[in-house]
Amino acid sequence: MSVRSVLGDTYRGALPTLLVSAVGGLLAGTVLSSMEADLAAVDGLLVLVPAFLAIRGSVYGSLGSRLSSALHQGLVDPVFEPDRRVGVAALAALLNGVCATLFASVLVVVVLPALGRPVAGLDTLVVIALLGGVLSGVALIAVVVTVVFVGFRRGMNPDDLVGPTVTTAGDVFGMLALLAATRVALAVT
Amino acid sequence: MTTPWSVRSITRALLPVLLVLTALELLSGLTLESFEATLLRYPSLLVLAPAVIGTAGNLGSILSARLATAFHLGLLSFDPSDERLGGNAVATVLLAVTVFPLVGAGAWLVVRLTGQVQLAPWTVVAVAVTSGVVLAVLAVVVTFVAAYGAYRLELDPDDVVIPTVTNVCDVLGVVVLLIVSQLVV
Repeated sequence: MSVRSVLGDTYRGALPTLLVSAVGGLLAGTVLSSMEADLAAVDGLLVLVPAFLAIRGSVYGSLGSRLSSALHQGLVDPVFEPDRRVGVAALAALLNGVCATLFASVLVVVVLPALGRPVAGLDTLVVIALLGGVLSGVALIAVVVTVVFVGFRRGMNPDDLVGPTVTTAGDVFGMLALLAATRVALAVT
Repeated sequence: MTTPWSVRSITRALLPVLLVLTALELLSGLTLESFEATLLRYPSLLVLAPAVIGTAGNLGSILSARLATAFHLGLLSFDPSDERLGGNAVATVLLAVTVFPLVGAGAWLVVRLTGQVQLAPWTVVAVAVTSGVVLAVLAVVVTFVAAYGAYRLELDPDDVVIPTVTNVCDVLGVVVLLIVSQLVV
């Protein structure tokens, strides 16, 4: 294989994925820029944003590739009926996502004062982490299961769909869930 | 070896790595917060931030997935004249040159449509493109170092390289965006 053919192959293969997830990133940025007042009201919220989005990517990307491998192996059928394996995988993703988000919010509360920077109360950040983790998790489980199952039924390789779906939907639903959770947290704490 | 389908075993495989990566991502968040004032003054940069961070991480993860597969198939040698290393490195930079101008223009347009624009379109595009090209070069360096490290330590590149590179690129994404913004804006 020549340098030129490797180059063309990688470029053509990756460009659509990159463009789709760049659109997702811009939508997430649009939501973020509408949160100026929330960012000012909750010290430490901006510190949480990259970790919050990255956790969505890791956890629901892992769910997608697990379901996709299971479809290839015939362990799971691509039908929208209650299934023990799908339920277990989705529940594990949700619990791990919420757990990591809570961990991130506790770290923010510990680390920021140590750096001499202001931080919101633990209660506010824990409500944001819990609610944001659950809301985005439920939305992303629905999106990932739907895209992987429908793609597989249409003869596409679900492995190719998981990456762009999770980065795009993860950014958009992640930011929307964070916005909703922050508004609720500001109202109740 | 595949993980059995129980909440406990999935958690055991996923959670330790997830918590380490979460702590790493906080570095990215701390950098982001250190220029919160600039971001709030120029909403275009706030819109740009998740897209630049995400695209940098994606460039790293695409490159490392390609190198990991080539490595598993025995098609890769760590030699500067290797076609796969060279071709993929150049492709990463070209992808950045293609995608980042659109990201910059998109961020400017979003702010234009949703409110007032304080930065000229070319300024936002210049910030996006400069950050993007620097990040693409850094993504190539980080991926090659991580892939070579995995190879020397005999670790599976799929397990180690992709999450490491994606997260390091996330952190670098914020740092580069911060430095470029302060130079250009």
